[in-house]
Amino acid sequence: MKQLVILSGKGGTGKTSITAALAHLAHNDTIPLVLADADVDAANLELVLSPNVLEEHDFMGGKVANIDLEKCIGCGKCELVCRFDAINHQGRKYQVDPIACDGCSACVYQCPTNAISMELQLAGHWFKSETYYGPLFHAALRPAQENSGKLVTMVKQQARLLAMDANYPLLIVDGPPGIGCPVISTVSGADMALILTEPSLAGVHDMERALEMTHHFNVPAVVCINKFDVYLDGAIQIEEYCHKHNYEVIGRIPYDSSIIEAMINGEPVTAFRPESPASKEIHTVWQNIIQFMNLN
Amino acid sequence: MRITVASGKGGTGKTTVATSLAISLALNNPALPPLFLDCDVEAPNAHLFLKPAFKDKKDVSILIPSIDESKCTGCGRCADVCEYHAIAVLNNKVLVFPQLCHGCGSCTLICPTKAIREVPNVMGVLESGITPLDINFAHGIMNIGEPMAVPVIQQLKKWAAPQPGQVVIVDAPPGTSCPVVESARGADFLLLVTEPTPFGLHDLKLAAQVAKELGIPVGVIINREGIGNASVENFCETQGLPILMRIPYDLAIAKGTAQGQALPEIYPKYTLLFQQLFAEISRMVVHQ
Repeated sequence: MKQLVILSGKGGTGKTSITAALAHLAHNDTIPLVLADADVDAANLELVLSPNVLEEHDFMGGKVANIDLEKCIGCGKCELVCRFDAINHQGRKYQVDPIACDGCSACVYQCPTNAISMELQLAGHWFKSETYYGPLFHAALRPAQENSGKLVTMVKQQARLLAMDANYPLLIVDGPPGIGCPVISTVSGADMALILTEPSLAGVHDMERALEMTHHFNVPAVVCINKFDVYLDGAIQIEEYCHKHNYEVIGRIPYDSSIIEAMINGEPVTAFRPESPASKEIHTVWQNIIQFMNLN
Repeated sequence: MRITVASGKGGTGKTTVATSLAISLALNNPALPPLFLDCDVEAPNAHLFLKPAFKDKKDVSILIPSIDESKCTGCGRCADVCEYHAIAVLNNKVLVFPQLCHGCGSCTLICPTKAIREVPNVMGVLESGITPLDINFAHGIMNIGEPMAVPVIQQLKKWAAPQPGQVVIVDAPPGTSCPVVESARGADFLLLVTEPTPFGLHDLKLAAQVAKELGIPVGVIINREGIGNASVENFCETQGLPILMRIPYDLAIAKGTAQGQALPEIYPKYTLLFQQLFAEISRMVVHQ
């Protein structure tokens, strides 16, 4: 089983639209695949793949401290040891700010009267679904929750297990933006990363950071430029950077309103408008991925 | 007054809006231009728009345990209390995994033989400087391979404190989890930037819930109006979310922002529009 992750550094470069299109093209080529949406903060793949949810599971995330006021003597030790500014008091009444609490339990161990306990929080849900193009694992983190990296790991693990157990040759993971904890959870174990960028100073800057990150974790990466024709100088800058650092640019997708029309229609763009300029170039990207990952 | 610009979905134009607002305020009040904090420490971009000359620099670190083996008895209490699995004890030897450590200090406090000392573990850097319009600018840059953004954001907010009466504009990362929450904590107003597409709508709903959890008043900016459909508009109307500005999809804007230009530099009329936006936000905060 080969694992492809779609990343970008900067948000909004088209990761999800391209993931959906690649799923459609893989399906057309009769390459069975499993999909995972690792952007658990803002999961959008389900909006274009119309999944039929088969299983829904609770995701218990971090713990939050809770002070039993009956046992609390108001000594203030908990506030003193908390490094997350999560405990405050009015007079002798101590309370926990559940959003600031990091779940470290330091206060629990330091409280002289055992007045503090940790409570597991329901941080979100994860789902196993079926789509026309293959099984999809996705999740919904409750807003303002921690532990999105853990939820990403859960979603990806489930997708990997199914792919390995049922002999799927390909797993495509739609990654979150950034380069931090959920992204690190996304890239671990990947065979290749497709870095989707756009020709802007911000896009280039964030692509460089994403490539440094995949390099750090020893994951081979290729680059695709989306909306390359919006700012040609920027596209050239990306090509030059990639050339200099030995990264292959495997696609140059033009700005094409059919991508948004497909999104509104709830379909991959390659299915919705197979002849559109963007769809044609995504075909090229897919052919290159087949070659790079030896999928045939 | 502290305004955090957030979005849920990435790439909707948070940095464009935040930098445009900062520039417009600086032009309006050159005596006290705003303080700008780029809290997207995983992918910071605002400096590309505001072009500060950096002067000061400071490492960001958290305190992680260092074991004095001459005092350690290998009892394993430190590993027992660590909620992050950052300490393991094998054959009476304590192993510390710095990238899992959240720096809570619980192991140090619990160690019965005081064998743990805390040492700083650098995870990123803070930089500050002044822009050509005298905006006080600061951002954080998380080191590559480092998982935790929140401590970098926290320390950035503490390090770059505003002068009395100075407006603070915070550019948040995308998403809805802890780094966004940390960027929004302490804000008087949350400005949500979205685009009129199904993805934009879906993520706006989540961002609006974050604002609700935090109890911060919100307003919406619809960017790239003209692409997509009216679903964002309808959602805002039914939820009573005020739409404070609409920025049309326009090739000149797309090209300008790609090159690091803020809206007032592309179309000067935006200076006044953002000043009016700020006045509207101020009214909403006062009447809250």
